[in-house]
Amino acid sequence: MSNLISLPIVLPLLAGIIVAFLANNKPLVRRVAQTLAVINLIVTGFILYQVYQNGTIVLETGGWMAPYGIILVGDMLAVTLAFTTNIIAVACVFYASKSLTDQQESFYFYSFFFLLITGVSGAFITGDIFNLFVFFEVLLMASYGLIVLGNGKAQLRESMKYVLINVFSSMLFVTTVAFLYSVVGTLNMAHIAQRVQEVEQQGVLTTIGILLFFVFATKAAVFPLYYWLPRSYSVPNPVVSALFGALLTKVGIYSILRMFTLIFAWEADLTHTLFIYLAAFTMIFGVIGALSTNNIKLIMAYNIIPAVGFMMMGIGIFTETSISGTVYYLIHDMIIKGAFFLLIGVIAYVAGTSDLRKMNGLIHHYPILGWFFFIATLVLAGIPPFSGFIGKLLLIQGGLAQEQIFIVIAALVSSLLILFSMIRIFIQGFWGEKTELAHPERKQAAHKMTWPIGILLSLSVLLGVGAEWFYPSVEWIGEYLMNPQIYIDSVLKE
Amino acid sequence: MEIIMAVLAGILFTTAVYNLLQKQMLRIIIGTALLSHGAHLFILTMGELKRGKPPILSEGVEQYTDPLPQALILTSIVISFGITSLLLVLAYRASKKNGTDNMEQLRGNDYE
Repeated sequence: MSNLISLPIVLPLLAGIIVAFLANNKPLVRRVAQTLAVINLIVTGFILYQVYQNGTIVLETGGWMAPYGIILVGDMLAVTLAFTTNIIAVACVFYASKSLTDQQESFYFYSFFFLLITGVSGAFITGDIFNLFVFFEVLLMASYGLIVLGNGKAQLRESMKYVLINVFSSMLFVTTVAFLYSVVGTLNMAHIAQRVQEVEQQGVLTTIGILLFFVFATKAAVFPLYYWLPRSYSVPNPVVSALFGALLTKVGIYSILRMFTLIFAWEADLTHTLFIYLAAFTMIFGVIGALSTNNIKLIMAYNIIPAVGFMMMGIGIFTETSISGTVYYLIHDMIIKGAFFLLIGVIAYVAGTSDLRKMNGLIHHYPILGWFFFIATLVLAGIPPFSGFIGKLLLIQGGLAQEQIFIVIAALVSSLLILFSMIRIFIQGFWGEKTELAHPERKQAAHKMTWPIGILLSLSVLLGVGAEWFYPSVEWIGEYLMNPQIYIDSVLKE
Repeated sequence: MEIIMAVLAGILFTTAVYNLLQKQMLRIIIGTALLSHGAHLFILTMGELKRGKPPILSEGVEQYTDPLPQALILTSIVISFGITSLLLVLAYRASKKNGTDNMEQLRGNDYE
């Protein structure tokens, strides 16, 4: 029964291998990839149901006992995020067949895609810090493959920087794991947490914690480590940008959330106060970036950064309410960022340019697209009753309860500015005189590209309107994360 | 012995950072390779160096080498091999396509 939890890692891995053999037969590879992604979603959904009913699933691989062997831990948080990942994956795989060029499709897009899902699910599920590094590498390797797919001039230029920054932070990760191993003598996350708790997190452990934070913050694009993100996320194909924007930064945030609620939770005065300030700067600088450009892809890529700030804010405030807020926002942001990047992809495709100044009156030709974009903007900015609102409400409630007025003001101002930056695209791109379309022949394909976005959008609307169905579980996750002892006990079984 | 190794790892890190800050792509890649070597030596040092003892724990064996750092290094070496070769190919393509291998000229202020 506990073997079930290995499926979110094993299934996409197998799927990646299967589609690699079919890469030259395009209609077949599409059909197979779509089927496998849906199967994956169903299986993960079943695992989520099981975890919801029976509690955390722990798999000790090879039958080795918990602190000695490699373990996989499927708790509510990890499995929920893995499930959300697979929802994004399904939307992207249906969108991909329309958005990719033939050349990109035959150069193993689907294999890289499934390997990326493997890495992301693995990073969520693993209970061993070195394996976290390995799964990071798996997803990064797949992302290196995806980012250069297409062989464009700008793509090669930006991917070079993307790879270099990630290599550097990965090596720092290994070094930090070595530090941690020499201090606590174990790599199992639950066991590390227990040992850190025993010695009450002395100075050297806090230093290691900050080093780890540096590594994850680079992946998550927290201020001041976000400089590499906007350009490298805006150059690849829109479906790749959607995968990156929806999944990769969120893995970083998840790791910070896990590390600083489970392991390094005992020096909150120092570390978590730092997070609050970093969160505020992340929001403000991200949104300034989004307002600074006329390239719609770049505007969207910059909009990842304030969202990261919101999630960091919840971790920094560090109460049950704010941690639930972070979890809610994390799930919401994965879905809406996926939808948004796909939307921007369609807009750039039908307008034939990603320069905002060259667009006009798209809503006359694409009413559905326009309304989707409008709803997505409201969701992103956190207008009630959409899902962004619930997450932000929880975060701001948590902030007010702890009297962190500074961060609350920063959050509210940056929400407004996010709304402004997105509405700007709406006003300039969609409003205006009815003009000749640049590429009328693209209409058919654009309509087919729009419906996967509809699924993601309706999910995110459901997440907001039906908040009372989801809120109890999210609140429970928040409580669970604030009590690391539950995690430790479920893994070490003492 | 540990101190010598730590100093050696430090020297590797220093040269790696120096190379990473250069403008030429190939030098940067050499920098990343050196960086990973430094990290690997560092892991080995962290597991405490003991010479001539097998990594076996059984009854009656009092001294043994910790096998875990070696397993970690093995994994990490494989990964850094892969990344270095990928980087070399990527740098080749990027310099061919953009007509330069100088990172200063690859800043990308001009947007396509």
